[in-house]
Amino acid sequence: MNNCPPKTLFEKIWDRHVILTRDDGASLLSIDRHLCHEGSFHAFDKLNLENRRVRRPDLTIAIADHYVSTRFPDLGNETEELRVPIEKLTKNAQNAGITLYGIGSEEQGIVHVVGPEQGLTIPGITLVCGDSHTATHGAFGCLAFGIGASEVAHVLATQTLWQQKPKTMKIVVNDSLMPGVVAKDIILHLISHIGANGASGHMIEYSGSAISALSMEGRMTVCNMSIEAGGRAGMIAPDQKTFDYLEGRKHTPGSSAWQLALEDWRSLKSDPGAVFDSEVSISATEIAPSLTWGNSPEETLPVTGSIPHPSEEIDTSRREALELTLEYMGLEPGTKLIDIKVDRVFIGSCTNSRIEDLRSAAEIARGRKTKIPAIVVPGSTKIKQQAENEGLDAIFKDAGFEWRATGCSMCVGMNGDTTPPGERCASTSNRNFKGRQGPGSRTHLMSPAMAAAAAVTGHVTDVRDFS
Amino acid sequence: MQPFQRLEARAASLQLANIDTDQIIPARFLKTSRSVDHGQFLFHDMRRSTTGDLDDKFVLNQEDNSTVQILVADTNFGCGSSRESAIYALQDAGVKCVIAPSFGDIFYNNALKNGLLPISLDRSIVEIIWETLESANSAQIEIDLELQSVHLPDGKTFTFQIDLFRKQCLLEGMDDIDLTFKYIDTIETHEKFEEKEYPWTRLVS
Repeated sequence: MNNCPPKTLFEKIWDRHVILTRDDGASLLSIDRHLCHEGSFHAFDKLNLENRRVRRPDLTIAIADHYVSTRFPDLGNETEELRVPIEKLTKNAQNAGITLYGIGSEEQGIVHVVGPEQGLTIPGITLVCGDSHTATHGAFGCLAFGIGASEVAHVLATQTLWQQKPKTMKIVVNDSLMPGVVAKDIILHLISHIGANGASGHMIEYSGSAISALSMEGRMTVCNMSIEAGGRAGMIAPDQKTFDYLEGRKHTPGSSAWQLALEDWRSLKSDPGAVFDSEVSISATEIAPSLTWGNSPEETLPVTGSIPHPSEEIDTSRREALELTLEYMGLEPGTKLIDIKVDRVFIGSCTNSRIEDLRSAAEIARGRKTKIPAIVVPGSTKIKQQAENEGLDAIFKDAGFEWRATGCSMCVGMNGDTTPPGERCASTSNRNFKGRQGPGSRTHLMSPAMAAAAAVTGHVTDVRDFS
Repeated sequence: MQPFQRLEARAASLQLANIDTDQIIPARFLKTSRSVDHGQFLFHDMRRSTTGDLDDKFVLNQEDNSTVQILVADTNFGCGSSRESAIYALQDAGVKCVIAPSFGDIFYNNALKNGLLPISLDRSIVEIIWETLESANSAQIEIDLELQSVHLPDGKTFTFQIDLFRKQCLLEGMDDIDLTFKYIDTIETHEKFEEKEYPWTRLVS
């Protein structure tokens, strides 16, 4: 007879990493993986100032992505100013004896793409990075979350973090997706359903038949945008797809450890009857190809929808906020989404730049021509190579898309790739905030196939019209 | 870290939900070292018109608000990117406390780590604070961390929740890296346990 109460996946991982819990409720967690990008310079500066050293360089990996130019990757960036953060990362990694996947490395790419691709991300571990989209890695059944610079410094110095045990939220997506509907649509729909702070203070576990049916790439897309729903982490229990994806990758456990690992990983799922602090359940059949129209990811509608009318909003502050949003976005109430003209397209980012994303965009681009500037930025050097081996680059180039080198590119607007003021970008990234893709930029988030469709028509397009 | 105990200071309302950290400090300023004044970047694009001039309508551009140390914001303040520069920008501009119905989780943690107090109160209470600030002669708010209380100029008082560990760190201005090293033996014991029980989690190079 087993007297242990049923546990959630999160609790199982949490429990094995708690070093101690103080009387005041703070737990000290051990950290198995720490990924650093250029933004870590604040943390390294703090360490240097305080004369501290990196305690576990063997569990730390440095990867250049945020400031890397997708046009001049060999230089780092075309401007000296933007090369500085990349050089700082190189220097800090070398001084501390940290493995570096920097400029020119065949492993280099977006940190949240490279982690899984190189097998740095495995089930059951704790993984942190000074980037909010660290939630991506939870697709492998690990506890992965973003931290700020002070916490990065704490992890570098101690390989631990002080945490209060967060609440848990179970999100179940049952049934099957309709044709033309993909992982990006699931997460955009969920965010509009629960709100941009709907999962605030919670670790999310996604489950249900529509989640199980997703590829690892699709699961990463869903977990990636957990932060846009307010959740700090998103996770999915590992299964055979997870194990198949990981087997044989550069950093995954070798042959003798692999079987032991598998045995453990198969136990990493929420027990029947495990209690979550909140639960949300939807049917995948409710979800249509979707996109954002405003400046918060919760402002999402099916592609068949229209821009809302502020006059129909009863709450004064919400009405005023809506008016400001429409003014910023240059949109009129009642406009059908498919009538919105687009100025440029960005296919990339840690949300949607993996091989499956590029294949689905290429499928739309094949034999067609872009009407507007469009760039494709693979998530890693390895994915770029794979896509070229499959001939995807040729399809994109023939259709008029620019085929770029890897990096965070136009998702973050800090490396030279931006959307000019007043221009409207159909983007596969994760944030439609004001100015996110450059001052005055207007962003509509959507799936890679939808973005490719917008590129060849010049306006928001229902991808189902292409099939 | 500077300790935070009590604060009596001018407050300003920022009544807009979902102000993300890209609004607080746009990404193009993130390469700046901490030693540079980040106050100049605070709400950089939000407080300017498209021509680049300061917009008089933006609350912090108003002359009376040049000494504001408390911001009373709306739901989900500081959502989005984990950039700690958002805290640096607020602090360098003099802000020591933000009151809001809810915060982005990472922003909330970052604030506590730097001695900036984030106070989460029900939206109905935040609305009362907005109204009071609008109607009262004085926009002074008093905050007592030890008592976990917020006092308005008209005498209204509200209490707020904060976890005990973070409260103590703030009150003492404690550096938590030093604190963690006090537990180094326990940390090393735990690491040995993890290496034995879950050897495959060590990084294969």
